[in-house]
Amino acid sequence: MTDRYTSTAKTLHWLMAILLFGLLALGFYMHDLPLSPQKLQFYSWHKWAGVTAFLLVLARLAWRVTHIPPALPASMPRLMQFAAHAGHFVLYALMIAIPLSGWLMSSAKGFQTVWFGVLPIPDLLDKNKELGDLLAVAHKGLNLLFVAVLAGHIGAALKHHFIDKDDILTRILPKH
Amino acid sequence: MKRFILALALTIGLPLAAHATTFNQVQTDKSAIAFTYQQMGVKMDGKFRKFAAKLSFAPAKPTEGSATIDIDLASIDTGAPEGDQEVAGKPWFNTKVFPTAQFVSTGVKPLGGNRYDVAGKLTIKGKTQDIVVPATFTAQGNSGVFDGTFTIRRGDFSIGEGSWAKFDIVANDIQIKFRITAVTGK
Repeated sequence: MTDRYTSTAKTLHWLMAILLFGLLALGFYMHDLPLSPQKLQFYSWHKWAGVTAFLLVLARLAWRVTHIPPALPASMPRLMQFAAHAGHFVLYALMIAIPLSGWLMSSAKGFQTVWFGVLPIPDLLDKNKELGDLLAVAHKGLNLLFVAVLAGHIGAALKHHFIDKDDILTRILPKH
Repeated sequence: MKRFILALALTIGLPLAAHATTFNQVQTDKSAIAFTYQQMGVKMDGKFRKFAAKLSFAPAKPTEGSATIDIDLASIDTGAPEGDQEVAGKPWFNTKVFPTAQFVSTGVKPLGGNRYDVAGKLTIKGKTQDIVVPATFTAQGNSGVFDGTFTIRRGDFSIGEGSWAKFDIVANDIQIKFRITAVTGK
């Protein structure tokens, strides 16, 4: 059983961490701005970054299923181990569901997503105002849930490092 | 030979028969004025819900054709409710001061077949530009349809001033697509 993450896994983890914090901050900031050229620009950037994050999470999942990650410390109680796995599962599920909901919302609202202003992403839904509003609520709700699970993820990592004093946090760091 | 004469007679005879036909009663419910624009590479569709059109066109005498179209700018559908409100405002159409856009034809040039160039003056927001609109005309019974697409530059009419004046977010080119249906009058 390996006790370290591959450098690919680490790179993907931190790339996504940076990207997702940016996406969350931009998303919560931009959504109730009054209409302006800057708002339209923020929305485009948010969508471009969202598509990128979606592709990255797919790459990450592919890597995850082909490379076994290091096991949790044997000293961890069963229930805690289960909670850790469940937490990671929910994080992955949300990292898939959130960009999907954003993509669907864009289509329903009649704004196609064009990746970096160049590559049009097909619309999966026809324009539909009610559905668009519903998907906006779903996108927001999923993100609030994501923030909560993310807080648990970071809190748990800090607890492992400072209270349990194990290598859970350090083993995902670049030079370990 | 007989067949040739028949064909010749038909070709010469048809325009004569059409001579009496003038399409001049516009059917607004079968007409549409739509547009597309680009917003950071994203193609958006919009349309005008209300407009009035006067038209007179006799296929036998195309050069005498004329058209006047008044578009109620407040009836715009930009594709997003937020956008509809925005473009009524001062930087865009300023509909309080300039409620309508108007096209008045100045001449029709037949291009062969059912294609025509319609020259005219387009006035939006107090600014008038000479434009040439390519159109096709298709008649079916007593109903005739003009179809066409042309491009205007919003900058030419100061549509989108101030922070919107740059074209990196909302592109300068606006493609207008129209269909005007008219029936023959008395």
